[in-house]
Amino acid sequence: MAEQILLKNIDVPGLASYEVYRKLGGYSSVEKALKNYTPDQVTSEVTKSGLRGRGGAGFPAGMKWGFIDKKTNNPRYFVCNFDESEPGTFKDRHIGQLNPHQLIEGMILGSYALGARTSYIYIRGELFYVLRIIEKAIAEAYKNGFLGENIKGSGYSLDLYCQPGAGAYICGEETALLESLEGKRGNPRIKPPFPAVVGLYGCPTVVNNVETIAALPWIINNGGEAYSAIGIGNSKGTKLISACGHINKPGIYEIELGLPVEEFIYSDEYCGGIRHDHTLKAVVAGGSSVPILPAHLILKTAEGKPRLMSYESLSEGGFQSGTMLGSGGFIVMDETTCIVKNLLTFAKFYHHESCGQCSPCREGTGWMEKILHRIESGHGTMKDIDLLVDISKHIEGNTICPLGDAAAWPVASAIRHFREEFEEHVKLQKCPF
Amino acid sequence: MNSTLKNTETGPEFNRETLDLVNKIIKRYPEGRQKSALLPVLHIAQAENQGWLSSETMEYVASLLDIQPIEVFEVASFYSMFNLQPVGNCVIEVCQTGPCMLKGSEEILAHFENRLGIKAGETTADGKFTIKTVECLAACGNAPVLQVGTEYHENLTTQKADELLDKWKAENKISHTNPYL
Repeated sequence: MAEQILLKNIDVPGLASYEVYRKLGGYSSVEKALKNYTPDQVTSEVTKSGLRGRGGAGFPAGMKWGFIDKKTNNPRYFVCNFDESEPGTFKDRHIGQLNPHQLIEGMILGSYALGARTSYIYIRGELFYVLRIIEKAIAEAYKNGFLGENIKGSGYSLDLYCQPGAGAYICGEETALLESLEGKRGNPRIKPPFPAVVGLYGCPTVVNNVETIAALPWIINNGGEAYSAIGIGNSKGTKLISACGHINKPGIYEIELGLPVEEFIYSDEYCGGIRHDHTLKAVVAGGSSVPILPAHLILKTAEGKPRLMSYESLSEGGFQSGTMLGSGGFIVMDETTCIVKNLLTFAKFYHHESCGQCSPCREGTGWMEKILHRIESGHGTMKDIDLLVDISKHIEGNTICPLGDAAAWPVASAIRHFREEFEEHVKLQKCPF
Repeated sequence: MNSTLKNTETGPEFNRETLDLVNKIIKRYPEGRQKSALLPVLHIAQAENQGWLSSETMEYVASLLDIQPIEVFEVASFYSMFNLQPVGNCVIEVCQTGPCMLKGSEEILAHFENRLGIKAGETTADGKFTIKTVECLAACGNAPVLQVGTEYHENLTTQKADELLDKWKAENKISHTNPYL
């Protein structure tokens, strides 16, 4: 079993309470950092660890922190992205609900490193019951001197608050999140300037994902080098994979990056194989927006090498034969799955969630949904299939934020790998499933 | 600040306890940035006003945060959790995105529709139930999933749907309660 950095104590009863968390060594990294490390030394440990953003983009966390503008006199902000909404992704809720203090401990470390006096956890509005758990944990942290004025006599002070969203996937995009936190529509901003320079209220800001932040206490306790010793290549450490769909054991698994995909799907330690002894048809490996791969390409690369659960291995072959690790939202489909129908739900999702700023995304996502609906319901033509590809190409790369790409990639990849299935819908004038 | 007791027959004003909560939330942001409280306050306002935001309610929220009513409307109309039309006492929100679809969410939705005699997007004639379809609730490992107020119900089967519906009917379920409490 992989080193458990995020889920080690997740099954301990009462872990969400300060007493239990503290007894298990909780908040020791804050004591260590405030006593022994300057803010820059904390950043340096995170850089050494090789930790990459776990929300989906995989950008090195230490480097992102390094961009923060420390020259201005403006306040700096550290914001947690808890807007978990990428279909197939349900790992952050697990941390927030069962181990909120680990998130808070990470928030203190990040805030200290960046020099933030006030920090926010932005959580999707549907998860209000998790917000209440986190707010309770924050109150406990204040009561025990880990938040508020002069934390543990260090001279460092921090206020931490929870902020609810209200049902908009786009607010997981960091500039849309900041707009939303300012009480506005979640329209992504044009970058540059990046949030590290002009972020919340026009001030330097870093936004990190829940899982990224929850890994910080272990990194400070054990050192960045210890973290970077776990994993493979440039995929350091462990990653939460939320596995769903047609597997025997859906759930959240903490894996060491580099685990073979085949082992992850079929081993009893993880997904436990395909349900009802069915066969594997396809996998969406990193949340709904990454390219879908057929069974043979998710288990092995086009060159026949075993595919590994890592940033590099999953993307090997580019989009022609590879995909992305993304958020770790691992959606497994057996042979009973209609690829067109599944894609239709994704197209509907992106159409619904487009903020409407950029016309390629606003119009294109609606067209794709309409055409897919036509094909799925037996009214499609062969030309429709090419039209879908054409629309997806005109969205990709032509929008302010990555939602356009996220909407285009599933369509393009499903047709790339399962074109015959689309054609069958057209020939039969109905869904063959 | 206005401390009028809430009277849902005549207006959207908050009671003293709710106003205290709103003031506590406003203090979380820097001076002059009280607009940041808009989403939290809209959640509260909706819960306290039968689960939806009327023009009157939005104007009241604008006055609380010292912003223009149009600023409230443009936000309320953007986020899918805010209802700009009246809804039933108990809003059943059934996820329909891929991972839930793979595990039978269409059957769950159809079951609620059949039992209540309405389609998604509609409210029963007695005003007790509304069915809505929603996009991914991020609980895909326990698909199919639905949400009622701030509760999630997971690993749904038609049998479980029946049990939930019977329970909600028996207790006259109201899904719009102050989410902070």
